[in-house]
Amino acid sequence: MVDKLKLIDSVQAINWNRIEDEKDVEVWNRLVNNFWLPEKVPLSNDVQSWNTLTPDEQQLTMRVFTGLTLLDTLQGTVGAVSLIPDAITPHEEAVYTNIAFMESVHAKSYSSIFSTLASTREIDDAFRWSTENPNLQKKASIVMEYYRGDEPLKRKAASTLLESFLFYSGFYLPMYWSSRAKLTNTADMIRLIIRDEAVHGYYIGYKFQKGLEKLTESERQDIKDYTFSLLYELYDNEIQYTQDLYDGVGLTEDVKKFLHYNANKALMNLGYEPMFPKTVTDVNPAILSALSPNADENHDFFSGSGSSYVIGKAVNTEDEDWDF
Amino acid sequence: MSSAIREAVPRDLTGGTTTTRLVYFSSVSGNTKRFMDKLALPAKRIPLFAKDPALTVDEPYVLILPTYGGGTEGGAVPKQVIRFLNDPHNRSLIRGVIAAGNTNFGEAYGRAGDIISAKCNVPSLYRFEVFGTPEDVENVHDGLEQFWNRQ
Repeated sequence: MVDKLKLIDSVQAINWNRIEDEKDVEVWNRLVNNFWLPEKVPLSNDVQSWNTLTPDEQQLTMRVFTGLTLLDTLQGTVGAVSLIPDAITPHEEAVYTNIAFMESVHAKSYSSIFSTLASTREIDDAFRWSTENPNLQKKASIVMEYYRGDEPLKRKAASTLLESFLFYSGFYLPMYWSSRAKLTNTADMIRLIIRDEAVHGYYIGYKFQKGLEKLTESERQDIKDYTFSLLYELYDNEIQYTQDLYDGVGLTEDVKKFLHYNANKALMNLGYEPMFPKTVTDVNPAILSALSPNADENHDFFSGSGSSYVIGKAVNTEDEDWDF
Repeated sequence: MSSAIREAVPRDLTGGTTTTRLVYFSSVSGNTKRFMDKLALPAKRIPLFAKDPALTVDEPYVLILPTYGGGTEGGAVPKQVIRFLNDPHNRSLIRGVIAAGNTNFGEAYGRAGDIISAKCNVPSLYRFEVFGTPEDVENVHDGLEQFWNRQ
């Protein structure tokens, strides 16, 4: 099968001094400021910690990371690139090229983890597992199918679900190890990836919503129905995938809550109301605090006694814009 | 004649339920505006563009704003909000801050709330993700009512 790569029809010199959508500049700057490379993360400090994991735990970790590698490879070489011909502004095209490159950095960063922690044979075994696991392959092929399709908004919906939902069955595990003070440098690197994916999901979701504005009410409803049915299909598969990985260590139920929580945020990035109720999104606080130290309930002063407010700690704000 | 003038004065100028005690900023992606729509309380919006007339407030307020995403290099507080708070009169009336964000930004989740809380010496009251869940809307709605009753 030879598919000809779809390219945009015409190109004009991009003028960054004439901006149609400020969001393009804002996100470009954010992505550039957030740029990082795996070589800067001291992964070798995790070798000792790695050796405290059981062989099963090591194998699980390797498999999770090859699964994430596959998704990042898909997003870098197909997903983000497939969005370029649909872009409305030249600056949007440029942002997608940045996203595509960064996904390739992410995909490579897992190989840095592997080469630091595991033997060549273990690495090869994990990659073989990734090509043979039906649920992992299925999630990649479901998304691929939409990237190949003819509908720009459906491509964006699939892309946002990948960025903001499909990674999280994998991201759970390094957050779990981090909450137990294991593989903490690896977790630091994963947090950088999570941060990037959050910007990507936000931006592609925003462009999706801009696109919806141009449609009729019934077309909008069609896209919404499509998005939810894609989510259900991916969700069912994701549950199977989660069971494959985590049943052996007894973490499946905990991972599912994390999936629900992130599925809600993926929907919100697309402008839809969250679907999973509070009762199934109560993520283990240890996982949430490994993700963000600010996520704990102490930041909800409304629900406390109200007698002792805490004023935010001084944060470095050497920003020339502040007058006071 | 004097009675006609008296009648022309709206009654609620003396205070009461029509006061606007919320000020918010929302970028073109509109997530914070969407939260405000769900909250359904009177609120004033900080203008998006520098060419728009600046917003000046007249009564104490709680500020609701998004955190610009995820870096450690500054820039968490939108420029428009900085401009609004650089006005000493506006700044003197802020009583609390609520920030939106995303836990996926790690330590930077809701950082705009921390920065404004520290700079203006007011409590950071709450934070929520993206445009808030129904529980967030309820918590903020009830929380604000209690907050103002205690002021």
